[in-house]
Amino acid sequence: MSEAPIQFTPPKSHSVSQGTEMADKPDTPLRKMIQVEGLERRFPNPGDKGETQIFGDVSFTVAEGEFVCLIGHSGCGKTTLLNILAGLDGPSSGHVIVDGKEISGPSLDRAVVFQGHALMPWMSAMTNIAFAVESRWPNWSSADVRKHCQKYIDMVHLTGSEDKKPAQLSGGMKQRVGIARAFSIEPKILLMDEPFSALDALTRGSLQDELVTICKATNQTSFMITHDIDEAILLADRIVLMTNGPEARVCEIVENTLPKGRTRSDMHTHENYYPMRNHLIEFLVNRSKNFAAEISAADFDPRNPPIARPAAASGTSGEQSLPSNDASATQEKKAS
Amino acid sequence: MTTTNNFGLKAGLLSIVILLLFLFGWHMLVVAQQGPAAEGLDPEYAALLGKQATEGDSALPKPHEVGAELWQHISDPFYDAGPNDKGIGIQLAYSLFRVLTGFGLAALLAVPLGFLIGMSPVIYQALNPFIQLLKPVSPLAWMPLALYTIKDSSLSAIFVIFICSIWPMLINTAFGVANVRKEWLNVAKTLEVSPLRTAFRVILPAAAPTILTGMRISIGIAWLVIVAAEMLVGGTGIGYFVWNEWNNLSITGVVSAIVFIGLVGMFLDILLAHAAKLVAYAE
Repeated sequence: MSEAPIQFTPPKSHSVSQGTEMADKPDTPLRKMIQVEGLERRFPNPGDKGETQIFGDVSFTVAEGEFVCLIGHSGCGKTTLLNILAGLDGPSSGHVIVDGKEISGPSLDRAVVFQGHALMPWMSAMTNIAFAVESRWPNWSSADVRKHCQKYIDMVHLTGSEDKKPAQLSGGMKQRVGIARAFSIEPKILLMDEPFSALDALTRGSLQDELVTICKATNQTSFMITHDIDEAILLADRIVLMTNGPEARVCEIVENTLPKGRTRSDMHTHENYYPMRNHLIEFLVNRSKNFAAEISAADFDPRNPPIARPAAASGTSGEQSLPSNDASATQEKKAS
Repeated sequence: MTTTNNFGLKAGLLSIVILLLFLFGWHMLVVAQQGPAAEGLDPEYAALLGKQATEGDSALPKPHEVGAELWQHISDPFYDAGPNDKGIGIQLAYSLFRVLTGFGLAALLAVPLGFLIGMSPVIYQALNPFIQLLKPVSPLAWMPLALYTIKDSSLSAIFVIFICSIWPMLINTAFGVANVRKEWLNVAKTLEVSPLRTAFRVILPAAAPTILTGMRISIGIAWLVIVAAEMLVGGTGIGYFVWNEWNNLSITGVVSAIVFIGLVGMFLDILLAHAAKLVAYAE
């Protein structure tokens, strides 16, 4: 765990990331709910042939009430990273600090929405949520548990389907139960592993809208893995870009330049939408593959990745929107 | 609705046709076996020999004779006229008692042990050679050992049932437990559910259909084995009844016993199929 020999001095990385965040936010310094520091995961190769590093030097933070998305191609260790945050897997080196304490396993403070809904098929929607609520508050009476569950069932608009088994629910409804289950334990942090990737576009849209509403209402600190760019732009305050594995790195952290309160129906009309979108697509299509060249740029520090704020040319943030200039734009941002 | 009704009706009619054809074929076969009656026999000797000799009847019963015998058994199943002449209900009850006791004891051992094997790859590896070695042994091979050590024929029969019921339940439980979907276990882990609560609320319901399948196989085997076991140990039970009817040269009795054995086996299977339906879940 503590073998990272040349760990960058944590205080510095903190102050830097904190500074960049404060530029965009009200003056109260936000509490760091998740601090990921120099995280690395290696898996042994088949046949005792050494180890492969899936990702390394992964460092980022998530502030209280913030919504952070991580984007990357499949195979870059996204799910492994989320499993480590959830405590289901351990890092080969590095730390995950949640609310000031280093994590050492799963916790009710961190709720997970799984990629496949992961509902127990023999339990009704209500029982699935009650299973979580009973785990969180073992001393509650069954009436209290039921009342609490009902609140979250109503919240995800499943009123009337409480007693249905998962097999009787549509894909979208199943994931609604999964989301209700995660929120029902009132976690400090919500971790989501491509929760909507198995849903059709229409269902996905309505669930994204609901997630925005719920997260806003509860000021939920959230970390989501996705490969859907529009989803990231809609939901995330910041987007962590991860390069292709193996040996994936965080290549850049993109701050969302679209105003808060954006909705799926109006966000594409904002002048910063296409700069954001193009920047992310450019990353997924080209940069994520050719990052080795980019990383060799003299002053790239993987533990303190550059911040980008893609915006329209007339925008205040001054980020270039032309994909071909992304690299230089990044450098510029980093210098600032 | 109409299509399913039609379907059921067609299948039912076909079943009846097949049954009638079978009974007709059986009847013709027995009639064809009739030979000439022996002539010029001493009347006393003829009385001893019975119809087979005097009228040329086949020893095989005709369907209606078996039917009459079946009806006789059904109308008076629980009579007890001494050790060698008990009603078929009593004999079946003895066999069922042995099967259910042996099966129940096996379930009490096999399900928890299977749970352990399924949860721990180390225990699986450690016990696997023993299971593989003992599983293919015919349960009747245990009989002499049981008779010598237990020194009670009825208990020995129960022991043989116990031994033959263990394996399918053990293997299916271990398989079901080992193959519980990882994501369900992860859900329990992220909710900090205790291992015991995970076992009862997640693993047991998840593996229940597989465990029930194992039980269904086990009780089927147990019902197969009890007939043979009771033929060996004697005294009571449907297996002893079959052997006794054979010793009486009553093929009619043997055939009617076969029908009863089949019916009870079918009933046991239906019972466990219903139990399996109760714990089944659709994913």
